[in-house]
Amino acid sequence: MTGLQLLQEVRADARLKGTPFIMITAESKTENVVAAKQAGVSNYIVKPFNAETLREKIEKVLDNA
Amino acid sequence: MLELPARIPEPLAHRLAAIRSRYPASDPDMVAGVVGAVLTTMRGDLSASDTALLHEVEELGRTIAAARAEIAALQVDDITASHIPSATDELDAIVAHTAGATNSILEVCETLDSVAGKLDGEAAAALQDATTRIYEACSFQDITGQRITKVVATLKAIDSKVAQILNTFSEAHGDSFRAPTPAVVVSPVPANGDPAAVGPQLPGNAMDQTDIDKLLASFD
Repeated sequence: MTGLQLLQEVRADARLKGTPFIMITAESKTENVVAAKQAGVSNYIVKPFNAETLREKIEKVLDNA
Repeated sequence: MLELPARIPEPLAHRLAAIRSRYPASDPDMVAGVVGAVLTTMRGDLSASDTALLHEVEELGRTIAAARAEIAALQVDDITASHIPSATDELDAIVAHTAGATNSILEVCETLDSVAGKLDGEAAAALQDATTRIYEACSFQDITGQRITKVVATLKAIDSKVAQILNTFSEAHGDSFRAPTPAVVVSPVPANGDPAAVGPQLPGNAMDQTDIDKLLASFD
């Protein structure tokens, strides 16, 4: 199962659809980001990443939750 | 393009039929042999157009033989039977070994994290900072693994195409071109058939985090 497929499964589950979901991935093409956004991703981090970026995205997602 | 006369003269047709009965299966070598035999039997009996026709057929046979010799000289069999399988095996081994090594590093980091939890003050902070940097650095393994997997998929696609070429020639030339079983491409390849579209992109094709943040913001 890919990360995108997991996201789709999570969003399809009524108990989990509101769960914040951040993708951390090496996929960096536009179509990858668009597909994730359309599937309901909360935020998208591309590898390689650092802890500061991760912290910033988590805070942003929680602020919007 | 070889132009054949609308009607083959009867003497020539009879002689070709007699030669064909001695060579029941068509084969480029046999075509050359037939042409040579016809020329031998027809020497002195041919009209100018017959001579031109047979010359063209003989030339065609030489061209086929030359192409076959060039392909055989490439030792294409070695590519599919040895070089590509060896290369993909090596790359798969690299992926497996780096994944194993990374898992070992992460397990050690988890141990360090639990130790840090039992410490106070600067020592705990320093240890946690160090393990965090190790976690960040280990993301290389995921990227290299995916890049190598893309290379393996590309090699297997090449292997499959070469095997198709070998099979095509082996149908015409029998044992001269032994085509091994085409490799099965098991890596994920999107519908457009381009393995390079999957996984980490080359720097020129990749978006950085800033670009991705702008793209995500455009949806809001």
